[in-house]
Parts: sequence; C-alpha cells; structure tokens
Amino acid sequence: MGFQKVFGRPRALKDAPFHYCPGCGHSIIHRLIAEVIDEMGLQEKAIGVPPAGCAVLAYYYFDIDMGEAPHGRGAALATGLKRVLPDRLVFTYQGDGDIAAIGTAETIHAANRGERITVIFVNNGVYGMTGGQMAPTTVLGQETTTSPGGRERIRDGFPLNLSEMLALTKGSAYIERTAVNNPKNIMKTKKAIEKAFRVQIEGLGFSLVEVLSPCPTNLKLRPVEAWRWVEENMMDVFPLGVIKDVQRD
Amino acid sequence: MSGNHAIGEAAVRAGCRFYFGYPITPQNEMTEYMARRLNEIEGGVFIQAESELAAINMVIGASMAGARVMTSSSSPGISLKQEGISFLCAMELPAVIVNMTRGGPGLGNIAPAQSDYFQATRGGGHGDYRTIVLAPSSVQELADLTMEAFNLADKYRIPTVILGDGMLGQMMEPVEFPDGEMQKPPPKDWTITGARGRPSRFIRSLLLDPAVEEEHNWKLARKYERIAAKEVRYEAYRLEDAKMVVVSFGTAARIAKGAIKRLREQGLKVGLLRPITLWPFPEIVLKDLAKRIGHFLVYEMNAGQMVEDVRLALEGRAEIFFYGRPGGVVITPLEMSRVITSKYYQKGLG
Ligand code: SF4
Repeated sequence: MGFQKVFGRPRALKDAPFHYCPGCGHSIIHRLIAEVIDEMGLQEKAIGVPPAGCAVLAYYYFDIDMGEAPHGRGAALATGLKRVLPDRLVFTYQGDGDIAAIGTAETIHAANRGERITVIFVNNGVYGMTGGQMAPTTVLGQETTTSPGGRERIRDGFPLNLSEMLALTKGSAYIERTAVNNPKNIMKTKKAIEKAFRVQIEGLGFSLVEVLSPCPTNLKLRPVEAWRWVEENMMDVFPLGVIKDVQRD
Repeated sequence: MSGNHAIGEAAVRAGCRFYFGYPITPQNEMTEYMARRLNEIEGGVFIQAESELAAINMVIGASMAGARVMTSSSSPGISLKQEGISFLCAMELPAVIVNMTRGGPGLGNIAPAQSDYFQATRGGGHGDYRTIVLAPSSVQELADLTMEAFNLADKYRIPTVILGDGMLGQMMEPVEFPDGEMQKPPPKDWTITGARGRPSRFIRSLLLDPAVEEEHNWKLARKYERIAAKEVRYEAYRLEDAKMVVVSFGTAARIAKGAIKRLREQGLKVGLLRPITLWPFPEIVLKDLAKRIGHFLVYEMNAGQMVEDVRLALEGRAEIFFYGRPGGVVITPLEMSRVITSKYYQKGLG
C-alpha cells in the first residue's frame, strides 16, 4: 500500500519560508491565493502586483510573474499591465494603508473604470511594516503609535469603509469582505478569491476581496488573542459578507 | 502640423499603442491627438488617468508588460510623475515622457520656458539616477526625436524625456515622417507577461541589502556611462571660425540661431552650439571648442540652469556669460543679437 499526498505546497508558491510574523494573516492569504491559482490552472497566466508594506516581498513566495508597485499605486500599475495583456489574470495585493490612504484615488478610479483587475485587500487596521502607526482602517479607540490613547474621532477621524465606497462605483462588479480568523472563514475567503478571479476572467468589471487579518506584532497580542481582537473590534465596523455582486444583485 | 500633434503621430509610428495622460496646458493637444489616434488603431489604448501619479503608474505597468508606452505633461504634472520616473529607472523600464515646460515654479504660467532643465537632467525624483533628455527645437525634430526616444528607451531600458515648451508644442511647421512600416516594439526577455513555458519573473526596486543596492546603483551608473559615451547629440552652427559661441537649447536656440544669422551678415564671427541631448550633455564638445575659442554666451529661458553644466564642462578654460529670461518671456532674434553684439565688442572681438 502506497502513501497518498493529501496536503502539500501549492505549485503557485515557491519553496521559500514566509518571513511573516507568527500568527500573521498574510501567510494564510498567500496560500489561499496560490491554491486558487493552482485549481483554476492560472499559474502561467497570473501576474501579481505586490504593494509597499509587509507583503512587499510577495515575489519571493509566489511562483508567478510579479511586478512591484510604488506605495498605493497598485491599481494604476495593474491597469497598465491588464490593458497591454487583456487575457491574463492581473491582481494586486494591498494593505489598508496602501489602498485606503495613499492609494485611494487610484483604487476608486480603477474600480470606476471597471478595470478587469482583482484586488486582494488585506485589512489589519495598522501600518505593519513601518511599526504600527494608525491606518485609515484603525478602529475608534484603537491604540497605535500615532494615535496615542486610542483613535479619537475629533482628532483622527473615523475608520474608512473603502469597500463600501468602491461598491458605489458603477464599474465594480464584485466586492466581498471576509476574514481568516477561523477555518470556516478561511474557506469563505478562498471561495471569494476564486469568485473574484472568475469575475475578472469573464470581463464583468473590477473585483475586490477585503480580508480582515490580524497583525499580532503591532497589536502586541499573542496570535490567538489577536484573532479574537479582530472578531471583537473590527467585525462590527467592517461587517463580513458580499458587499456587491452584479451577478446576484 | 503642430508640435504636439507631431509628437503624437511620431509615437504611433514608433509603435506606441499605449498612452496614459492627464490634461494640463500647454500639451493638451497631444493628449487629445492620442485619444483620437489610438482609438482608430487596432490594439490602441488611451486612458485619461485620474492624476499624473496614476498615469505614470499605468506607464510602469504597460512597460513591465513589454509595450512601447508614452505619457506627456507639463511642469507641475511632471513633478507629480517623478516618483514613478524614479521607479522606472530603478526597475530599468523603458518609457517616453514628454514635458512641454511652462513658466514656474508653482503654477507659474503657461508661457514657453526652460525652467525644468535641472529637474530633467538631474533625475528629478528621489535616488541616484539619470534619464536621457532630448531637447528638440523644431516640429520636424520633435517628430524625429520622439521616434528616437522610443529606440533609446528600449535600447538602454531607461525612461527618455522629451523636453519642449509651449511654443514648440503650438508651432505649425511641415513634418515628414520616414516611409515604411510602423515600428513594432523589439522583443524583450525581461517582461512580466505570465510565466508560460519559462520560470516566473519579478520586477522590483526594493533591495534591502545595502551591498545588493550598491551593486545595483553601480550597474545603473555603468549604464549611464555607456549612454554618455555613445549618445551625445548636438548641432554645431557656424563654429568653424567663431570667436564667440552661443550655447542654447530648444526654443532659445532657435532665437539664438536667428540672431547669429543676422550677425554673420554683419561680419561678427559668432556660432551656435545647441545641445540636443541635455543629458548626456555634450561636455567634450565644449571642452574642445574652448581650446580655440575664449568666449561663451549661454542663453536660456530660465534664471541660469544649463549654464552650470557649461561651467562644469569648461572648468574655467574660457569666459562664460549668461543671459537668462525666465518666467515665459520670449525675446526676438533682434533683441538677442543686441545681447550678443554688446558682449562681442565689450570683449574686443570685433
Ligand atoms: S507586522 Fe503585522 S502584518 Fe506585518 S508580518 Fe508582522 S504580523 Fe504580519
């Protein structure tokens, strides 16, 4: 009797250990994207655009073509790629600071043009790589290095619900918010990524999956506590679910 | 044909099928021309971007995918593009960027000026880099140099800047385009197009290890040295027996040339050196001229920028005068001939 391999590294991931902190959501989300690329047979067609931020080194992990974008400019750069290569799968991988602060304009206009690109938006509520500063998605009361005493509405403004804003653009076709806090939500995230890629391939318009993800390092919590923190503090501000689906609505 | 249209048509004939831009005077006719022309052509893509930042990043993406791609703007818009130009240089991506310069700083005005010489020739954005800078002075040359810009950009994998001004952009002159097929982008073995039948690739500019970043910087520096050794272009006019050389580029050089023609008729031995590549700068040509000519008059439509490169090239070997008219002031050849004449006789050359 032989052995059967039931779990292994997706082909779309290189044989390189992730540098992400223990308990960080990036590793899971990378794996989910790679699995979807494998299952949809897209390894030779996919082009990824990593951001500035913790995931800047994503090209060390994904075994697909990748082109790095300046901070926040992923959607514009991906627009250029996709317009030259309309039959490829083009996706960006962006954090909350990248997409919802410095890159807001690029993202909204790419969505509004209905660019056939997919955005994987990892929302962990802080600037991770630069050391835990306040992000556009930092929730009220959340302590960061640049919101001492907690984010305060008068001083710091409110957390930004970018995905809901993007859903208002006529060019967006599919927008869902998921999380990677438990196995059930992880599977939902994978399905959402698959759906977003399909929407792109079918030419329906702009697609985006926002994934709530913990940053244990900057929350200064142990991994399990960090997951719980996301559930207790982020999910009522950023409710999970399909925000827009032109095929369903 | 207007200068702005000539650039657009030349780009299309050079195989450029992708243009990303944002409205700004005095280059809107180029953006409009590309919108119309690329819509007529199979495979042509024109996007009016939401900002200059978005436009230059669309350029980056299209260049990564292997396309011949162009954007154009004017001074304040070029400032916004500088982040992207730095990335293009770091990642060694070809692209053509047109700057129809206006009077500055700030919003300045839309009149013809040469206020962006420093920005164009010193890189302009952050980091240790150069771009090739071409300075046409007629509509025909706008067309020729645009086609040349695409070839240079691909040959060296470097963004190439065309530095004009509102006068060149609006000016109507006859243009001849070379006969024959429209060009196609050359094959490129570094693009990201999906890893089909080859290992996956990535294009990036982040090099965290100082030793690796240093090596990358030296690699770029060696490339810039090769360009400086091979790609200098200039026009020499009536220099054979000149006692004084006027050094000017672009629109200023046109005015200076008109003045020199007039002065030659009056017997003044004056010539023109017109740098066509502002970077690489024709410094060896200047050095050679200084072996037999002692007086150089630099005329620019700014408060003194290229004159610094002339000083660096001549290293005190000749006397250098500067005449500048910033802010979009365009003088006539007659006024220029007065400036030259007064220096010429003051120095006892007559
Ligand atoms: S800093 Fe936060 S987001 Fe970055 S790798 Fe560590 S846990 Fe993940």
